Amino acid sequence: MTTLEELKDREEAVIIAVNGGAMFLRRMSSLNLREGKTVRKITSQPLRGPVIVEIDGRRYAIGKGMARKIVVRRVQE
Amino acid sequence: MRILLVGNPNVGKSALFSRLTGLNVIVSNYSGTTVEYKKGKTLVNGAEAELIDVPGVYSLSATSKAEKVATEMLKEGDVIINVVDATNLERNLYLTLQLLEKNIPVIVALNFWDETKHKGISIDTKKLEEMLGVPVIPIVAVTAEGVKRLVESIPRARKHREKRTDRERWIRIGEIIENVQRISPKKHSLIQTLEDLTIKPLTGIPIAIGIVILVFVLIRFIGEGLINYLLNPLFDLYLPLMQRLSQLLGEGFLHDILIGQLINGRVDFLQSMGLLTTGLFVPIAMVLPYVLAFYLVLGILEDSGYLPRLGILIDAVTHKIGLHGLAIIPLLLGAGCNVPGVLGTRILESKTQRFIVVTILSIAVPCMAQTAMIYGLLGGYGLRGLGPVFLTLIIVAVLLSFALSKIIGGEAPETFIEVTPYRLPRMRFLLRKLWWRTRSFIGEAVPYMLLGVIIINVLYTSKIIDVLGRFASPVISGVFGLPKEAVVSLLIGFLRKDVAVGMLIPLKLTLKQLIIASVVLTMYFPCIATFVVIFKEMGLKDTVKAFLIMVFSTFIVGGILNLIL
Repeated sequence: MTTLEELKDREEAVIIAVNGGAMFLRRMSSLNLREGKTVRKITSQPLRGPVIVEIDGRRYAIGKGMARKIVVRRVQE
Repeated sequence: MRILLVGNPNVGKSALFSRLTGLNVIVSNYSGTTVEYKKGKTLVNGAEAELIDVPGVYSLSATSKAEKVATEMLKEGDVIINVVDATNLERNLYLTLQLLEKNIPVIVALNFWDETKHKGISIDTKKLEEMLGVPVIPIVAVTAEGVKRLVESIPRARKHREKRTDRERWIRIGEIIENVQRISPKKHSLIQTLEDLTIKPLTGIPIAIGIVILVFVLIRFIGEGLINYLLNPLFDLYLPLMQRLSQLLGEGFLHDILIGQLINGRVDFLQSMGLLTTGLFVPIAMVLPYVLAFYLVLGILEDSGYLPRLGILIDAVTHKIGLHGLAIIPLLLGAGCNVPGVLGTRILESKTQRFIVVTILSIAVPCMAQTAMIYGLLGGYGLRGLGPVFLTLIIVAVLLSFALSKIIGGEAPETFIEVTPYRLPRMRFLLRKLWWRTRSFIGEAVPYMLLGVIIINVLYTSKIIDVLGRFASPVISGVFGLPKEAVVSLLIGFLRKDVAVGMLIPLKLTLKQLIIASVVLTMYFPCIATFVVIFKEMGLKDTVKAFLIMVFSTFIVGGILNLIL
């Protein structure tokens, strides 16, 4: 298990848990960032910039702190 | 009847709104273009109905201010048109299910229907209709495909009041997707390669720098082209006419107002300061070309979907000075005109972020009209003239942002930006937006310009200007090192910055004075139109705070420049 932050570029993973307050959970959920969804990391920006992930073909830029709260399991190729 | 357009950000609500109402609203390809709700009228089967374009939200869970506003607005709607992005059905259905819990009739407009084919997505709309229990109409808002059917189907909208928990909603969505949607895997397309190249830092950052440079080059090329090949020749034809009029009028008040002062016995469009001379020449021949060029280039950036990427690439850097990456969007809009820039700060969620960006906008971001005039004034000196002005403003912006975020506290909130897919800009929308923005520039610039010219003439003929000059000279001459006549320019600057910069021309300032005057004119006050919008958006307290920061930083920066240049 790891977090979205630590995934390598192009790695796929399944979301295991989203940690954080109820508000954060609700917000992530409404964006389809929730338990069981498969995500693919596209890249991360330098200087502790945001992480870019893809879910259902849509891309999102997520701050490092948020990405750290999203626990995932790598999908073995 | 009141119809609400509700949907996720960037699903085409505004495009549909402008289709249905015929009203001009700004349509762009990034989340949060519509920052305030827009109202219009449309016909539904012969009866007039009110249509409201609600700013985009992902849910009604009240996790952001926009979501609270949207939830409040639902209470006043009779029918909801839920605009859904057909290429992103699963996520969009979350809001749909929440809307179905609200006991208001709902109809679903499945937008971007044309794109589903390219993306290998097939959706069984009959089945979707069945499972949701409301009509589902596929549409392409930008081409109006399906829009007529959508309107005809409004009476079929149905209400439900099923209650679900967050978990139950996603389970239901899972069932729906399972039954209605098939996705056939597509090969990596050209557009996806472009997506990757522009977002990965190794290639994305050089591309971003290239694009920013290209933007400047294009604006200059188009602006100068229009001036040299169209507007200057036109005004060359106009000059003899004014010369003739000047002779006809002879000396006197009317001459002073219409033609202004003769320079070496001739009409001079830059210096005469008459209504029909400088009053028309400055806005039309010096400013308009650059405004037009700026908005054309901005429109392409907006509609292609590139802007959020710029925000993401710069986000790490802006966070270091306390700003969210998306702040780049209102700042960019502000470089056109500060008014939409201030309104555009609504894209930022936190109040402190908005305050910081509004303050930076009004202090360190000259609008295109002012930039064009500064360019006209200092362009001849090249980098030696323009460099210090813009470098100073950039340094001021960075320091202000850093200081304000440290003082009023609150780090920039964490980034969450949807990377909206690239789309080819539609000429129709691009040109309409350009026309609309340009027209609003002319509508505001010309009357203010004329008012400015009248005030200048009154100040001069009544000698009030001498009194003001004496009164202001300790600051203007003492601190900034400018001649006391520059007080007129600062006075007019409250009204409009482009005329104010133009007023410096007859003063025959040195390069150093021109640089200081340009910086001071940018910083001390935004124009009155911007100030009013700041007041409306931020309230009295924040406006006063911002104003004090303006005055204070102008003194410091103007004084320093006077010492070191």
